[in-house]
Amino acid sequence: MSAIADIRPIPTAGIAALREQLSSGHDMWRSLDEIARTAEFLRFVEAEFPALADRLPSRLDRRTMLKVMGASLSLAGLTACSKARSIVPYVRQPENVVPGKPRYYATTLSSDGFGIGAVVESHEGRPTKVEGNPDHPASRGATDAIMQAAVLTLFDPDRSRTPLKDGEPAAYGDFLGDMAALASRLAGSGGLGAAVLMEATTSPTAKVQVEALRAQYPRLKIFRHDPLATTAGAQASMALFGKALMPVYRFDRAETIFSLDADFLGEGPGRLAYARDFAARRRVRAPNDSMNRLYAVESTPTITGAAADHRLAMRPSEIEAVAAALDAVLGDQANSTPSIVDPAWMAALTQDLRAAGAKALVVPGSHQSAFVHACALAANAKLGSVGSTVEFIESPDEVRSDGDLAALCSAIADHSVDTVVVLGANPLHTAPSDLDVHNLFSELKLLLHFGLYRDETALHAHWHAPAAHELESWSDSRAYDGTASIVQPLIEPLFGGKTIHEILAALSGRFDADALALVRQTWKALDDTAWRKALRDGVVPDSASKPVPITMAPDLGGLQHHPVTANGFDIRFVADPWLRDGRYANASWLQELPRPLTKLVWGNAALMSPASAERLKLENGGIINIAQGTSNIDAPIWITPGHPDDTVTLSLGFGRKIGSVATLAHGYDAFRLRTSGANWVAAGATIVAREGKAEVITTQHHQAMEGRAIIRHTSLDGFRENPGFVREGVPRMPTESLYPDWNYDEEAWAMAIDLSACIGCMACVSACQSENNIATVGPDECARGHEMHWLRIDRYYSGPIDTPDLFFQPVPCMHCEKAPCEVVCPVNATVHTHDGLNAQVYNRCIGTRYCSQNCPYKVRRFNFLDHQSFDKDEAGPEQAVHNPNVTVRSRGVMEKCTYCVQRISARRIQAQIENRDIVDGEVVTACQQACPTRAITFGDQNKRAAKVVQEKSAPHNYALLEELNTRPRTTYLGKIRNSNPKLAQLGEKTDG
Amino acid sequence: MAEAAARSTAVLRGRHDFPEISGRIGAIVLDGRLPRHFWTAFFFCFLLVLVFLYSITYLISVGVGAYGIDIPVAWGTMISNFVWWIGIGHAGTLISAVLLLLRQPWRASINRFAEAMTLFAVAMAGLFPILHLGRPWFFYWLLPLPNTHMHWPQWRSPLVWDFAAISTYATVSLLFWYMGLLPDLAVLRDRAKSRAGQLFYGILALGWRGSAFHWARYQTVYFLMAALATPLVVSVHSIVALDFTFAITPGYHSTIFPPYFVAGALLSGFAMVLTIAIPLRWAFSVEDLITLKHMDNAGKLMIAAGMIVIYGYASEAFFAWYSGEPYERAMMWQRAFGPYAPLFWVMLACNCGALQLLWFRRVRLNMPLLFAIALVINIGMWLERYIIVVTGPSRDYLPSSWGEQSLTWLDFGILFGSVGTFFALVFLFIRILPAITIFEVEELAEEKAQAT
Repeated sequence: MSAIADIRPIPTAGIAALREQLSSGHDMWRSLDEIARTAEFLRFVEAEFPALADRLPSRLDRRTMLKVMGASLSLAGLTACSKARSIVPYVRQPENVVPGKPRYYATTLSSDGFGIGAVVESHEGRPTKVEGNPDHPASRGATDAIMQAAVLTLFDPDRSRTPLKDGEPAAYGDFLGDMAALASRLAGSGGLGAAVLMEATTSPTAKVQVEALRAQYPRLKIFRHDPLATTAGAQASMALFGKALMPVYRFDRAETIFSLDADFLGEGPGRLAYARDFAARRRVRAPNDSMNRLYAVESTPTITGAAADHRLAMRPSEIEAVAAALDAVLGDQANSTPSIVDPAWMAALTQDLRAAGAKALVVPGSHQSAFVHACALAANAKLGSVGSTVEFIESPDEVRSDGDLAALCSAIADHSVDTVVVLGANPLHTAPSDLDVHNLFSELKLLLHFGLYRDETALHAHWHAPAAHELESWSDSRAYDGTASIVQPLIEPLFGGKTIHEILAALSGRFDADALALVRQTWKALDDTAWRKALRDGVVPDSASKPVPITMAPDLGGLQHHPVTANGFDIRFVADPWLRDGRYANASWLQELPRPLTKLVWGNAALMSPASAERLKLENGGIINIAQGTSNIDAPIWITPGHPDDTVTLSLGFGRKIGSVATLAHGYDAFRLRTSGANWVAAGATIVAREGKAEVITTQHHQAMEGRAIIRHTSLDGFRENPGFVREGVPRMPTESLYPDWNYDEEAWAMAIDLSACIGCMACVSACQSENNIATVGPDECARGHEMHWLRIDRYYSGPIDTPDLFFQPVPCMHCEKAPCEVVCPVNATVHTHDGLNAQVYNRCIGTRYCSQNCPYKVRRFNFLDHQSFDKDEAGPEQAVHNPNVTVRSRGVMEKCTYCVQRISARRIQAQIENRDIVDGEVVTACQQACPTRAITFGDQNKRAAKVVQEKSAPHNYALLEELNTRPRTTYLGKIRNSNPKLAQLGEKTDG
Repeated sequence: MAEAAARSTAVLRGRHDFPEISGRIGAIVLDGRLPRHFWTAFFFCFLLVLVFLYSITYLISVGVGAYGIDIPVAWGTMISNFVWWIGIGHAGTLISAVLLLLRQPWRASINRFAEAMTLFAVAMAGLFPILHLGRPWFFYWLLPLPNTHMHWPQWRSPLVWDFAAISTYATVSLLFWYMGLLPDLAVLRDRAKSRAGQLFYGILALGWRGSAFHWARYQTVYFLMAALATPLVVSVHSIVALDFTFAITPGYHSTIFPPYFVAGALLSGFAMVLTIAIPLRWAFSVEDLITLKHMDNAGKLMIAAGMIVIYGYASEAFFAWYSGEPYERAMMWQRAFGPYAPLFWVMLACNCGALQLLWFRRVRLNMPLLFAIALVINIGMWLERYIIVVTGPSRDYLPSSWGEQSLTWLDFGILFGSVGTFFALVFLFIRILPAITIFEVEELAEEKAQAT
């Protein structure tokens, strides 16, 4: 997509023909006009500017011709700028930079506008890996998959590299010139007719700037467009408390949790902290340890539902009825509506909630209606848990807006707005389908777009200016609990992008503004020492919002239950867990990361229950037509056990038409079916089965454990009765072996994975990919089973197909003591190291693949094709993301998890320099570091006090397939659910 | 009736004298006037040679991901082709070496092309382990060569044994075949009319003059070579079987494999002998040299080997059940009723069903039918190898990793390309060297003349 890459050599014959025509003695203007229409000219243009060719009208007038010439001039200049230049190494070494030694900087990454603290590893000024910031309340050291991909999107070659004027490259100076004209116009009119469209942000600096803009141009309108925004929580809060407050949950204090369609482990700005607290209360090592209990009612399968001890699947329109029933039961009213929930279930739930009292917690799904939110708030109040397990804070630094995209559209329609500045959002792709944004925006006098990519809106706008990536920017933001942190750049903007603060400053007429100065100005209360400390720690100390005392209006603040008579299908829209609204669609790591429950990659599907699919007589991949209102889309189905019947889950984020990676993906664009007012749930859709099938790509084809003791699980009571339940009914581990045992004089690395803590969020897989330079292979190769992840999370169902239990199991290399792979390699390419690793020597490997054939865990991955680019002439900026401490593998060699041997080596070298042993906890693998629930423990099992030894001494520690006598170093702690004995029992031990 | 019976049991039909035999066999080579359909068939084989070359070039330049393999089934058609071709090679060695030692006179007229077939089959087979590699240009790292990498092959790996076994087998087969050719090369040298022919065959004949001294030396060496080659019939395929047996993958880990692989090799080898011999004796009108007796005996050997193979199938299934191993049982069940079930049942129909027809003497003497059965068994044996290679890993220990291969054009390009190349080599052999052993048939004729 780069300007240089597109240029092909000009066919000499074409030039000769052009020259001949130009020399024919015509009047200059006329001849240009004339030759413009010839085939030679069009060929010439196409060869020189392929991107331009289709934009050239077949009849070219003089003005357009000049424009094209102008473009060619500016492009010619660009070519010169981006040509490879010889560089000189440091003449004088900068202080504190040791080549080969990474440096770490704290910064903040945004998630739906909120900040999550990160520590980014930088090699010689090149950010390569994102880790969580342990001091930041929203991260606490963990990351998620999207954060891991921040370094990949930074180096994305598709990123916008130059301002565009009417879709043609232009100079930034010209952009500023037009901005100056706009600013003076705004100053003259007080902002009349102008509007700014912003995304959700919690940046204090942006808030200050917008308020300043409002003061400067009183008639300027600020609109907010955030396709993933949920407003019901604020509505409920307004109705009940009289002001828009935001809940902060304290799962560390909760005993009994009831989720009303809330995916608090997978969604929302506090998800990492919530997952940490939630899982911390589920660590059971001894029979008298206690556990929290989670009940979940949900309208689409989520990882929260998978973690629940009791889960019910409900149509999204039925959740209100459950909320109403809960409200009635807790209020000791006779429930007027017939309960759609099994009364025994409801009774057990309410009994548990009441017993927990202040330690109970009811969490409403953020996308659910205001009524559901109100019921949950009321339930928490009645249980006395407000102030204990849930606190309320003021929405942190929310920019005051004059409405949403619909309001902007009506303002354009009634001609009160003719100039729009779009900051970051991409409304042309993400607008509800009932808003004719495309045509309305065409009526504008001036449309300015500022964003990372030349997306749909950028190409439609009069001006587009490239944005700086988060890792290139100075900014600030607030976390889910209000904690402020600074965004500091890791690298100079690669493509000359600007931060939102610089654009806002330019709007106010300040063209020399510097983002750092603007951010520093916001935080002028911090003296220089405090500022440096805030930068170093990644948080501004004591900036968390204080809980607000609340008084609650009676009767749910007048919010009413609106019973919906079910007809047709309910549509449940969800944001793709990785691509969100499509903004990360060009990140190949995220495209290829299996979705936690469906294990789908490179595309989305319409999820539905087995019963619904059976009624439509469809198999996986069968095409359905979903009609809702005036729009309809075709989508392949994916049968998802545990999905509510008569409901279809559509995920946003796919179906992008722009982006070299995004367009590779399969899938439909669910935005085409989404209407304003029915952002998350739409009722009454009609679904018709169509002919044909579409390819839906998954990385796991088989979902049942086939009666094998793969994930060993029990209830808490079962564990208390028999702590060694993992040994029950499974073959005994052999103790004899023909091969002699290994001796370990130094370390013996080992890993323990707590299956009770694992929520299947896939952060570890993404972290592993980033740390270990794991290639992405694209949709076609994934469909052929050639994906490369060293660590996978297996997902199994057990029990009835409509209400199954879900299990996750992360499977890295087991690093077997008696490794089957080691004995069959003919060339010694896979060997046992002195510290117990099962190492793969890439340059010895000739690719017989015998090791993979003989690996019972199938954790080895093979470079079937050349998945990495080794040609330095072809290499794009994305090569810079590679970890320099890990070999980039070529075609034909086997690879697999190394327990992050490069990290072990780095710590060992450090320990040897300091003449000491490696301390327990010093070596942290990438998966372990990313894990939000601390499910993974790693260490030296030769040290008696090591954490990993303690974990492995738990009574429910077991090795996968231990009867094969492979003696894995990676072991698992059996899964324990805290199921309510009064409700139907989970299957004991291993499933059948 | 009696005459017909005698016709089908005779190893050599009619009266022959030495000049007649050497003239007839030598003429095929020296006159070079081969029937038109010979060259037509050669042309089609040559097209397949081109397909083979293109496929190999594609495979090496793009990577092994271009054919059907994946994770979990990382071995695919390259391995099944390899085992299939190695198996085909076995009949040649059995006929020439084992039957020589057992003094079976009927081997005389078919041993030469059976040996040639062995050689070409081993040549084909030898390519596949290399084409199978992710980095084929480093195949020699399997050899214990002194090197600067400072490391040695990993001797516990059956692939190293395999490499040694195949190269030994190829070497012994080549020497044995060439040794047997010497007297005939001398006949061709003497009968050649052109200077080029005399020089060509003269050099190849290594100065053979047919003295009693030569013949005595020849007999000793030939029998010694036969004694060397005989254990190879058993050892090569046993070691190939160990590639599978050694692994802990269900469906691979089975002690029955070595004998069962050897029997399977003989079955497919004799099927291939018939696939070549039946058209050959018809095309060159040598029905009196390669007689129905040969066909009958080959058919009997096939049913003998085939019944051992069937026993192997049965015992594999039985022990999967009897072992009580859930993984073995599940794999066996999946083999019969899982995604590869169609292949499995076709294989049984070919190797167990069609084979039973050979119990009938009338079938063994019916050339079109025998030819058809031989072809069916060739297909069945390829399927058997493919099923062994893929069904185990596709349904092994962790169901999360279960998956199947999807074959691409390259799998078929290489398989059919190798078949075409094999037959093209057979055609070239018939054109350049005597496909029937002149001196051994003369010996037969002499013995027959003395007997009457």
